[in-house]
Amino acid sequence: MLRTLLQGLRSPVTEPVPHNPDIAALAANLDRAAQRRLGRSLAIREVDAGSCNGCELEIHALNNAFYDLERFGLRFVASPRHADVLMVTGPVTRNMREGLERTWRATPDPKWVVAVGDCAAGCGVFAGSPACIGAVASVVPVDLVIRGCPPTPTQLLQGLLALLSAR
Amino acid sequence: MVDAAYWQEATRCIAAGEATLLSLWGEPGRIYMAVLDSGVVVLSLDCPDNRYPSVGELHAPAIRLERATRDLFGLEPVGLPDTRPWLYHGANPTAYPFLPVEGESLHQIPVGPVHAGIIEPGHFRFTADGETVVRLEQRLGYVHKGIDHLMHGATLEQASRLAARTSGDSTVAYSLAFARAVESALGIEIPPRSEWLRGVMAELERIANHLGDFGAICNDAAFSIMLAHCGMLRERVLRCAAGCFGHRLMMDCIVPGGVAADLAGDADIRSLIDEIRARFPALVELYDKTASLQDRTVGTGILSAELARRFGAGGYVGRASGRDFDARRSIGYPPYDRLRFDVPVLTEGDVNARAWVRIKEIDQSLSLIEQMLNQLPQGDVRVAIEPTGPREGIALVEAFRGDVLVWLRIDSGHIDRCHLRDASWFQWPLLEAAIEGNIVADFPLCNKSFNCSYSGHDL
Repeated sequence: MLRTLLQGLRSPVTEPVPHNPDIAALAANLDRAAQRRLGRSLAIREVDAGSCNGCELEIHALNNAFYDLERFGLRFVASPRHADVLMVTGPVTRNMREGLERTWRATPDPKWVVAVGDCAAGCGVFAGSPACIGAVASVVPVDLVIRGCPPTPTQLLQGLLALLSAR
Repeated sequence: MVDAAYWQEATRCIAAGEATLLSLWGEPGRIYMAVLDSGVVVLSLDCPDNRYPSVGELHAPAIRLERATRDLFGLEPVGLPDTRPWLYHGANPTAYPFLPVEGESLHQIPVGPVHAGIIEPGHFRFTADGETVVRLEQRLGYVHKGIDHLMHGATLEQASRLAARTSGDSTVAYSLAFARAVESALGIEIPPRSEWLRGVMAELERIANHLGDFGAICNDAAFSIMLAHCGMLRERVLRCAAGCFGHRLMMDCIVPGGVAADLAGDADIRSLIDEIRARFPALVELYDKTASLQDRTVGTGILSAELARRFGAGGYVGRASGRDFDARRSIGYPPYDRLRFDVPVLTEGDVNARAWVRIKEIDQSLSLIEQMLNQLPQGDVRVAIEPTGPREGIALVEAFRGDVLVWLRIDSGHIDRCHLRDASWFQWPLLEAAIEGNIVADFPLCNKSFNCSYSGHDL
C-alpha cells in the first residue's frame, strides 16, 4: 500500500498547466484578475435549480487536476453564507424556485450570480414547460451568463475570468 | 390491452415475486405497466373514469410511480396507501406532510434541497437516535421539468434532445434507449457500423461515470488522493470522447436512425484503454489495502438481497446484492449479443460491494470497447426516418447506474406520448432501507455508492 501511495506522490499528481494554449492563457489572466479583485479569494456556491446534472459534471471537472480551480484562489464552499458567487444551473423549476430564492437571500452582499448552461440562460430544451419558471434571471438578478450544453470546463474558466474583469 | 381482473392478477403475480415490475405510467384514460417475465411485457388498462386498481397497494415499489402518475395525468390509483403528491409540490412547497416518527430521544435532521456539494437538489429527512439513523424519508421532485409534457407533440429531433437531457450523466444511455424505442416502433434497421459505435459510446460513458464515482466514494471517506487520480482518468475519457465524437459527454451523438458523427480513427480510444489499464489497478490495490478506507466501506449501508429482488433494483445496486440482471445480457441488444463479457455479481450488498461491482465493470467495459474496435464494420452510420404511425415502441438499455426504459407512441414524425423510466425510481427507496441503523456520517458514502439520479427521477 505504502509503495503505491508513495509512487503517486513521487511523480507530480497534478500536471503542469495543461498544454492547451487556451487554458494556459486563461489561467494566467484569471490568476492576475483574481488577485487584483479579490486578493486571491473567491468563494463559489453552486445551486442546481433544475439542471439535468450535465452542468454539474463539468463544474465538478473544474476541480480535477487538469483545471485545478483552487490554484487561482477560486473554491467551492458548502454554505451560501460563505459565498461571493452563486453559480446557478438549470431552468428554474417551480419546485426549486423557493430554494433558489432562499439561497440567494442567505448569500451576503456583495454577491454575484453566474447562470451556467443553456437552460440557466434561457431554459434550453425545457422552454415552454409549465413545470419551469424560466431562466435564472427571471428569479434572481444575474451578472453573467455562461452558455453551453453543458459548457466545457474551459468555457467555465473563461466565464469566471469575464466576471472578474467586468467588476 | 387487458381488463381490470387481468390487471389485478398481474399485480398479484408481481407482488408474489413471480415477475418484476419494470415501470408504471399513464395518459388520460389509460394506465400502463411494464413487466419483466421471460421478456418485457407491456399491459395497458383503459380507465375512462381515470381510476384504476392500485399496484402499489400490494407492491410497494409501484407507490412512487403511482403518486407521480397521479400528479402528471390525474389518474387515481384506487387503494394506494400513500396519497400525498410526489412530483407536484404545489404553491406551498414547505407544507409537505412527512410521515410521523414516534419514540423517545429521537431528533430529526432536515437536509436539502440545496446540499453542501455540487450535487442535485432533494430533501432528506433523517430521524436519528444519537448518531444512528433510525429512519430516512426522502422528498424528491425538485428538478421536475415537465419532460412528459414537453414530449407530447415534439418532433423526433426535439424529443431526442429532450431524452438526452433526462439525466446528463446517462445522456448516451437515454439517447440510445430513445433511439431504439423509435426504431422498434417504426421497424427500422440501422447500419451495422452505427450499432457498434453506439456500443463504444455507451461503454465510454459507463467507464467515465464509474471512475468518477469510485473516486468520489473514497473522497467521502476523506481519502481524497483517490478522487484526484480517478478524476484525472475520468477527464481523459471525456477528452477522448470529445476528440472522437465531438462532445465530452457525447450528448446528442446517438440519434434515431444511427449516430450523428462517425468515428475517424480509433488510436485515441486504444491509447485511452492502455492508460486506464496501466494506472487503474494500482488505485484498486490502494483501495483494497487501506484499512481506514475499508473500515468505512465494508459492512456499511447493507441492502438485502430480498429487497433488491423485490424492487427489481438495476445496475450495481442490484448486482452488489445478488440480483443478476444486466439489460445488455438479460434482454440482449446489439452489439452486445455478439460480444463476450461477464456481469459481475456480489452478495454482500454493502458500500464496498457496490464499489467492487463498478471496479469489475470498468474492466469489462474496457474489454468490450476493444472487441468492438476490433470488429468495427465499415459503411454508413445513419439512415433516414420515414414518418408513419401511429406506432408504439419500447426499449430497455443498460445505463451505468441500471436499466433505462423508454416507451413511446409516435405519429407522423411527432411524439404523441413518451415515458422515460430511470433505474433510480427503484433505487431511491432502497437507499432509505440501506441507511437504517448506520450512523449519520456514513450517509454520504451510502448515497454516493447508490448515486441515484435526481433529474432522471424527477423528469
